[in-house]
Amino acid sequence: MTSSSPLPALAFAAVMIVYGIAFLGAERERAVGALIVAAAAGVALAARFGLLAKVRASIDANERTFDAAVIAGVIIAALWFHEEHFVLLMLTTALLLMVAALGLTVQFGYAGVVNFAGAAFLGIGCYTAAVLTNYTSVPPLLILPLGGIAAALIGSILILPVLRTRGHYAALVTIAFGILFKTFIEVNDALGGPQGMRVGSFTLAGWAFNDPIRIGTFEASFYFSYVFVALVLLILAFALVRRLERSWIGLSMDAIRLDEVASACYGLDIARWKVLAFTLGNVLAGCAGALYGHVLGFIAPNNFTFGDSLILVSIILLGGIGNPWGVAVAAAFVVILPEKFQVIQEYRFALYAGLVILVLLFRPEGLLPRRLRQYPGRRLGARAAKAP
Amino acid sequence: MTALLKCSALTCRFGGVVALDRVDFAAAEGEIVGLIGPNGSGKTTLFNVITGIYRAQEGTVTFAGTDVTGARPQAIYRAGITRTFQRSRMCLPLSVFDNIMVGNHKRLSHGLVFNLLRRSAFAAEFEQSFAEARALMHIFSPRLAERIDEPVAGLPMIDRRRIEICRALISRPRLLLLDEPSAGMTHEETRELMDDILLVRERTAGLTIVIIEHEMGVIERITGSCVVLNYGRKISEGTFAAVAGDRQVQEAYLGVA
Repeated sequence: MTSSSPLPALAFAAVMIVYGIAFLGAERERAVGALIVAAAAGVALAARFGLLAKVRASIDANERTFDAAVIAGVIIAALWFHEEHFVLLMLTTALLLMVAALGLTVQFGYAGVVNFAGAAFLGIGCYTAAVLTNYTSVPPLLILPLGGIAAALIGSILILPVLRTRGHYAALVTIAFGILFKTFIEVNDALGGPQGMRVGSFTLAGWAFNDPIRIGTFEASFYFSYVFVALVLLILAFALVRRLERSWIGLSMDAIRLDEVASACYGLDIARWKVLAFTLGNVLAGCAGALYGHVLGFIAPNNFTFGDSLILVSIILLGGIGNPWGVAVAAAFVVILPEKFQVIQEYRFALYAGLVILVLLFRPEGLLPRRLRQYPGRRLGARAAKAP
Repeated sequence: MTALLKCSALTCRFGGVVALDRVDFAAAEGEIVGLIGPNGSGKTTLFNVITGIYRAQEGTVTFAGTDVTGARPQAIYRAGITRTFQRSRMCLPLSVFDNIMVGNHKRLSHGLVFNLLRRSAFAAEFEQSFAEARALMHIFSPRLAERIDEPVAGLPMIDRRRIEICRALISRPRLLLLDEPSAGMTHEETRELMDDILLVRERTAGLTIVIIEHEMGVIERITGSCVVLNYGRKISEGTFAAVAGDRQVQEAYLGVA
């Protein structure tokens, strides 16, 4: 068995990079449509000839190599489109929504804590950045973690009601919080009210990100540098979520999601793990939000509606609840597709709703279903697959 | 002989229903006690009260000399009491190993820094736990131990019961409560499972077991003494032969010959 060879994983990454660049660059709707059909056909054919299984085994055996290839792919895409403001903005938005959706993965996918106010926590991060750049001179690199902390602190108001309610009721509590957040901003003139608020430029060691980049003959859009900060944030979030899942903490979160009574009888403190998951998830959304605020430059309450929270939830449902790679694929899809199909822009909520219903009907575990927990140094399932 | 577990005058009411009515119950260290009685007689309620899922309105539970009345399930587990459930409660999508590790909670490290940053220390703890879980499963079934990496959802009922018992045993409890381990299994499977339980008990010195069971053959074979409940009241206790000969027990449960 050649499952340890990194070649299939690298080849797959290369195909994805080329495809991603083609997709980001496609301008005519017909070209976008053709690319989608090609992807569906490609996946179906690859599955038919057992290529997907090979790629999967190879990725499992060479995880770090594959991670590096994907990171390289994002950098290549950023370099390729270094002058295209709009493409780079899309890319940054996708990366940041991935971070926020990873937060939801910890909450919803692991500990089973529903959160229908994802956009509100993203918004807390954005407004933290806005307030801090307008009223203080806190260095932006510090603003990112502060956005996360602000989201966690404000989210802690919700901890008691979320712990005391279950299922639909917990969902309603978070929906109410999302609406309250938007209303609070709208009536609060210090935060710009309904008109919104400007967010200062992100600066790093005296270099303002909103200035265009010119190094010798190389000129790049000001979004170019944001892609890299967003990428670093995503790498950190991804590493955090993956390590969390592959630890006793991830196991405890899964256990309380699946059976609270049995978990309690085995010493698991239900509240402790729910609070930790909820807080960590909000920190991720808040950090992503703080950078998103800088990227957008101007934010308003209408950026953080209940509909936007639903988009975050639909990302994890589409991608596969609890699978970080699923989140990555689904977030890219959900951000980029409507921009490419301008005709459906108006109907994008209808499109997401339809997609989520289709996925729940035909592939209830999402496009990339979550797999068994892998522990460091041991690939669960790998040995089972080798057994005759 | 001093009692490891001692329940005195436990009363548990749900509205007007008296599920337990001044029940006294004791299990000596190292003993296997059978808990029998018709459906709805309060056997599982007694387990739920002992493990802290329900609160008794009256009475006390003492374990190893400490009063644990009204303690939370988490504290009961840490004190050394584990249980299985009548309707098997496993995390079906998780692997066999993961399920057993849920039972090992008190012996694992749960710090954020340990789990997220000290990965080599974590890997060492994982390897040790993995070896322990495998060794424990090996006693039950070497064939099942080979499937430690598979999801529980794909395993038949008898194997799920075995895993549930492994989950209850991995933390080395002093008292194991088995709630109808043979439910939904054939006679042959039940016999196999009981052999396993006896084998495990032989290897873990001093383990005390309380077992709820409807198969009288099982009760006769493995228990040293029995307690019979009916409508929440204790109606008889003693060796199986003694309770089986009790007129009240025959009328309430076993049937009159």
